[in-house]
Amino acid sequence: MCLAVPGQVESIHEANGMRMGRVNFGGVIKEICLAYLPDVAVGDYTIVHVGFAISKIDEASARATLQTFADLGLLEEGLADLRDSEPADLANDAP
Amino acid sequence: MKHLAEYRDADTAQRLAAEIRRIVTRPWAIMEVCGGQTHSIIRNGVDQLLPPEVELIHGPGCPVCVTPLETIDKALAIAVQPGVIFCSFGDMLRVPGSRENLVSAKGRGADVRVVYSPLDAVKLAREHPDRQVVFLAIGFETTAPANAMAVKLAARQGLGNFSMLVSHVLVPPAIEAIMRSPGNRVQAFLAAGHVCSVMGTWQYPPLAGRLRVPIVVTGFEPLDLLEGIRLTVLQLEAGRHEVENAYARVVSERGNEPAQEVIAEVFEAVDRAWRGIGVIPASGWRLAKGYREFDAERRFAVGHVTAAESPLCRSGEVLRGTLKPNQCPAFGQECTPRTPLGATMVSSEGACAAYFHSGRFAPAGS
Ligand code: SF4
Repeated sequence: MCLAVPGQVESIHEANGMRMGRVNFGGVIKEICLAYLPDVAVGDYTIVHVGFAISKIDEASARATLQTFADLGLLEEGLADLRDSEPADLANDAP
Repeated sequence: MKHLAEYRDADTAQRLAAEIRRIVTRPWAIMEVCGGQTHSIIRNGVDQLLPPEVELIHGPGCPVCVTPLETIDKALAIAVQPGVIFCSFGDMLRVPGSRENLVSAKGRGADVRVVYSPLDAVKLAREHPDRQVVFLAIGFETTAPANAMAVKLAARQGLGNFSMLVSHVLVPPAIEAIMRSPGNRVQAFLAAGHVCSVMGTWQYPPLAGRLRVPIVVTGFEPLDLLEGIRLTVLQLEAGRHEVENAYARVVSERGNEPAQEVIAEVFEAVDRAWRGIGVIPASGWRLAKGYREFDAERRFAVGHVTAAESPLCRSGEVLRGTLKPNQCPAFGQECTPRTPLGATMVSSEGACAAYFHSGRFAPAGS
């Protein structure tokens, strides 16, 4: 659960008073809480822990990390974490 | 398994390794705290690139591995109660309790669900007002911001049917405990980059000074690790004991301050037992006064169950760094990821699992 996958913020919205965003992790899109990164903007890359964006990261490092994950077969593992969860999609009813 | 030599950064890795060989003059033992780092090291053969003088000792930074047996038994006791939806991160499901694990409880009819984020559990509580939704909140400082926010959100939404079984652990007290333990061989630490992305590096200088130990904040990619090791060896050879940041592209000195504020509001420090290690003072978080009503231990009368670990399992020694996984007689014999005796063989961040999946069956030098 400590494996943090970098993703790119695609859109930002509010749900139940909380700043949320749709974040793209190498093709898998997840609803992520952005409350801890008040200045993150659409297009920015961020490192996400268990559904929460914690730090910004520049695009080059994000790409390098994703590439390393892919090389190591870790991307599958990380994305499986993202996919496996149930309820799988929070998009329609964000907390 | 691919080895580092096959990657695009092989040249840089070899150069960093050569530089480490050039500067090292005597044996040093360096502990990587984080289980993610352990995995990357073993999977990529980072340790095999290092000169024989540099030994990497694998630390206790696997949240699943150090979650006490009692917590898992409490989780099981809650999960089987009627009307409960029990939510957990996926990697906790197969961790053996004293009699069974969450998967087998699910097989017996318990409603156990894997969630990716604690917010998923809050959502379930909102959707099922007639059920009690319990989230198993474990982890280091990395998962704490998420878990703290979930409690805050449940409080704000008045979700009386949501609660958490909290067993959070903290890195700095563990570093202190390792350094002060009898027979300790660790001379320097690679601090966990992602923990520091939340907490910053400001907690570490007093620790480095007090314990006279170099602490280098390090990422978990092969090149990050080699750079962290290089800086650590430089410090050790020069007799310095400072905090350095080899992961500055993610970690700042202050860390994520909004997250630290919410953590400070929702959690408070508590003495915590670490599986295989024992109680470390002020090494965990529990729910603070204002949020105790969300404490699952209070809501469900889960008595204190004492349980014996497998007599064969030596994961305590593995977690303290005094035994390499493949030196455990049960490793790969009675104990495999399919038939784990200890949590370190279950978790994707556990050292025993890392050795097993990378085919490290023979102890080094044998
Ligand atoms: S190999 Fe298995 S039995 Fe041995 S320490 Fe690791 S988890 Fe325990």
